[in-house]
Amino acid sequence: MSHADQILPHGRVLRYPFAERLNHWIAAFSYIYLLLTGLAFWSPWCFWIAAALGGGQTSRMLHPWAGLIFFFAVMRMYSMWSPQMRTTESDKQWWRSLNHYIQNEDEKMPPAGRYNAGQKALFWSFFYGAIALLLTGIVLWFPESIPWNLRWLRYISVFLHPVAALVTIANFLIHIYMSVFAERGAFGSVIRGDVSLEFAKRYHPGWYKEIVGGSSSAPRK
Amino acid sequence: MSQQTLRIQRISGHAGSIPGEDTQRQYTVAKLVDTTTCIGCKACEVACVEWNDMPFSSTTFDNTYQTMPETRWNYWNLILFNEHEREDGSLMWLMRKNQCMHCAEPGCLAACPADGAIVQYTNGVVDFQQDHCIGCGYCISGCPFNIPKFNKETKRVYKCTLCTDRVSEGLEPACIKACPTGCLHFGSKDDMLVLANNRAKQLKDNFNFPNAGVYDPKGVGGTGVIYVLHDATQPELYGGLPSNPTIPLMVKLWKGPLKWLGNLAMAGGLIGLFVHYLRFGPKDRDEATPSEGARP
Repeated sequence: MSHADQILPHGRVLRYPFAERLNHWIAAFSYIYLLLTGLAFWSPWCFWIAAALGGGQTSRMLHPWAGLIFFFAVMRMYSMWSPQMRTTESDKQWWRSLNHYIQNEDEKMPPAGRYNAGQKALFWSFFYGAIALLLTGIVLWFPESIPWNLRWLRYISVFLHPVAALVTIANFLIHIYMSVFAERGAFGSVIRGDVSLEFAKRYHPGWYKEIVGGSSSAPRK
Repeated sequence: MSQQTLRIQRISGHAGSIPGEDTQRQYTVAKLVDTTTCIGCKACEVACVEWNDMPFSSTTFDNTYQTMPETRWNYWNLILFNEHEREDGSLMWLMRKNQCMHCAEPGCLAACPADGAIVQYTNGVVDFQQDHCIGCGYCISGCPFNIPKFNKETKRVYKCTLCTDRVSEGLEPACIKACPTGCLHFGSKDDMLVLANNRAKQLKDNFNFPNAGVYDPKGVGGTGVIYVLHDATQPELYGGLPSNPTIPLMVKLWKGPLKWLGNLAMAGGLIGLFVHYLRFGPKDRDEATPSEGARP
């Protein structure tokens, strides 16, 4: 897709094409199911979630399958986005200016491209998290098939599976907070696909320049 | 599985208090297995299969007297055979009745996430409740003795119940009932320990087994099955009996520090994000028009 095609009428810019949006929601819904059933297995105080979702046996049966869907959705993200997720020099500055970002002083931030350094960190934590969760998850899926002399595989898995899950949960909470509450317009962009020119200029100046600067026709207001 | 007259003292995956806890006291029960008088007749194996009405399944023959390599979901009681060559070159046949050890601090119960799928009665018996089992198999990882076995068809885990249905009615377990040599005993843990220690002393003093002793490992808080061994310094000789069994370290770390740190991090994260919103609000609050802009 050329940059010019991304400029839409009424001062809007296409941020996420349909394929990216669909993939995002496949990952999102499977992750939320995994999170809820996972929390049920994590603590007796959350076991009621499993009851609400059809019972412990059902949750145990479906959790691994949802995990496979989630894993493949994340791998699809990797194939779509990994070139855009590489760390740049400006990302290092971004982390040094994190304090300004937290205090909503976005004008003091180094200009971000299509993804800022925080979003890149989110992506990589989910990418490596999904791999760790898959590998340990397969062991936990069929614990009875692990022979006794390979039992260390089970020991590693019962510990690392929740550790990897906790890392993704930390990133997930921040992701939800940023997209639903902190940046108005972000949530709509992953549903309808577009953001305003102001949004692009404010949060992703590098990406804005790439699109608007690269188009021959001035954006229509 | 009958729990009519048995009170519960521990429940797996259970939030809050345990109903009926400490309302009744019972003797802690134990099986005593005297490996020195076991003749390997397997009457206990048959009694177990009979009493618990287990479906028959074909076995794996591995050129020993052993019925199968290890216990199964429908075979809870197995004599393990080991032809041990002693230092003087003579052979000694070590036979151990293997089954659930009914640990005082059960690793299976600690690892289990399903409410009420594993219980420990006040008499010390650890019992699986298959109707609450979700089939995750965490108990398999929690057990240091390789006892819980998964049934692929029912998707539940099974093991020796210490004949809870018999014990709750004042009967001895089926395996004890069937033993022809009297190498199996059943009673209170205290009585069984006295009996076991007397037998160990006898073996030391009169039968030239200076290392004879009682196996009641402290790493799992003691067990509901105790062994008299000719050589208590080498329990591994008896079908790989671990010399110092404990709940696996990773299971302890997972159910202990990781759980607390994880809960703290998740609760702290939620509170932190909420407070951030109260303090700083959305990123574009200073703009007159929301950055979303007018939609067509």
